[in-house]
Amino acid sequence: MKVRQISLFLENKKGRLYEALSILARAGINIRALAIADTSEFGILRLIVKDPEKAKSALEAEGFTAKITPVLAVEVEDRPGGLAEILKILYEADLNVEYVYAFVEKSGEKAVVVLRTNNLEKTIDVLKAKGVTLLSEEKVATL
Amino acid sequence: MFWNKEIETMPREELGKLQFQRLKEVIKRAYERVPFYRERFNSAGVKPEDLHSLEDLKYLPFLSKADLREAYPFGMFAVPLSEVVEIHSSSGTTGKPVVIGYTRHDLEVWGEVMARALTMIGVTSKDIIQIAYGYGLFTGGLGFHYGALKIGATIVPASAGNTRRQITLMQDFGTTVLACTPSYALYLAEYAKDEMGIDPSSLKLKVGSFGAEMWTEEMRKEIEKRFGIRAYNVYGLTEIIGPGVAHECEAQTGLHLMEDHFLAEIINPETGEPVPEGEEGELVLTTLTKEGVPMIRFRTRDITSFVPGECPCGRTTRRISRIKGRTDDMIKVRGVMLFPYQIEQAILEVQGVEPHYQIILTRPHHLDEIEVQVEMSKETFSDEIKAIEDLRKKLEKRIEEITGIRVKVTLVEPKSIPRSEGKAKRVIDKRNLT
Repeated sequence: MKVRQISLFLENKKGRLYEALSILARAGINIRALAIADTSEFGILRLIVKDPEKAKSALEAEGFTAKITPVLAVEVEDRPGGLAEILKILYEADLNVEYVYAFVEKSGEKAVVVLRTNNLEKTIDVLKAKGVTLLSEEKVATL
Repeated sequence: MFWNKEIETMPREELGKLQFQRLKEVIKRAYERVPFYRERFNSAGVKPEDLHSLEDLKYLPFLSKADLREAYPFGMFAVPLSEVVEIHSSSGTTGKPVVIGYTRHDLEVWGEVMARALTMIGVTSKDIIQIAYGYGLFTGGLGFHYGALKIGATIVPASAGNTRRQITLMQDFGTTVLACTPSYALYLAEYAKDEMGIDPSSLKLKVGSFGAEMWTEEMRKEIEKRFGIRAYNVYGLTEIIGPGVAHECEAQTGLHLMEDHFLAEIINPETGEPVPEGEEGELVLTTLTKEGVPMIRFRTRDITSFVPGECPCGRTTRRISRIKGRTDDMIKVRGVMLFPYQIEQAILEVQGVEPHYQIILTRPHHLDEIEVQVEMSKETFSDEIKAIEDLRKKLEKRIEEITGIRVKVTLVEPKSIPRSEGKAKRVIDKRNLT
């Protein structure tokens, strides 16, 4: 139930984010979810796209450093406390969240978040045991 | 393998006698034929006949690069131009260039020392040698050319640049020996793999002779790994002859000096006194057989040391360590001496980071700041900020351990630091020190 995410190393330089995104635009790749983690000198752009391999080779062909990382796409109730409930499950299972960010589109009535923890296998197990829905890559592509 | 076994394995005592005989001759010739030397020796109060042993060389004055520049163009020539058959010149980036004229005999000597150098690493007439050093006024290309010609190897005089063609030639001709600068060798490997989809280790290369710029043991390992070859150090400089002053043998434990032609001393650059055996200092060279432009006690500004003990290869000639830096590359930062090779060593030690870096010096608030930009590689890139920060801190820590100076490391995108086809520009000094 893992989803492939593209991570991209960006220097904190004017125009780099634009360049990265215009490469994806030219390759006809639509972005489903996106987040940037940044420090004063560099940033990591994380993306969920329909065809991560294609996105990776398009970016690498233009000299970017990209990497594919497995993450989870988790359905969350779209109401106050929805995400907190998920995080509570992880906390109680002693799992560490490395990062979390939201999808643009909803899955039916539910919101979708991208989640990465220090132990993805265990995370899948505990979330499933609590009846939380994890989306497959195919499902994510149709959002 | 030996090109000239008699000379290369000569007992030290005999070699000393030969050197002294030749030293007397060259000093007499320089004194008689070059007004510059006559004036210098006279004002130092020494005459050629005062020389009674090799040790007496220390009474003669040093020769500096500035002296040679002042003699531009032909002031140091000891023969009339009609006897000069070829001219080479060092780049004049920091002033007037140095011009060196070679007689026919000088070219013979050059070919001889380079033939010894190449034979030392196993090159024979059966080899195909691709010379990717620049041909022209720069001595790199033609020096290798004359040596390979003497051996009878098949020469591919590719000269520097045109990287794609270099790789095509290597692949199509089955080049077995590569001669170029070490940074260009790494660039060739990278280009073959990334731009042409050719695994550099699939080429027929066996050995390479690399020099004309500073490089490290780690860089050697990297070149050896990528091409699947043995990489050797060559040393030389235009003022003395070009490449062929010293070369590593298969033991890779220092560079054998061609002592029957070049007499070496290592001095403390500040005092001019010889350093104790094995300690680092500035290499000073005297040409023993040069006719065109004899060099007496030329200060090379190169930092090295004599390697103690005997070499397992059987040569009796003295070895020098790989060049550690140049007295003028030395960066003085916050009063501390720093060499680019130290930074390079640190980066390469911190596993996984490719040796592409640049040192940027600034002085924002009357205090030197050093930034070291290191390219992020595919192998070291992590999806996590924490891991990248750790890598950065590790680099900073190792650089501080090696140099004693705190620097700021910045990780930059791959291929964002300019690549060069000749000498790598490692230091950018923006301090405006005037």
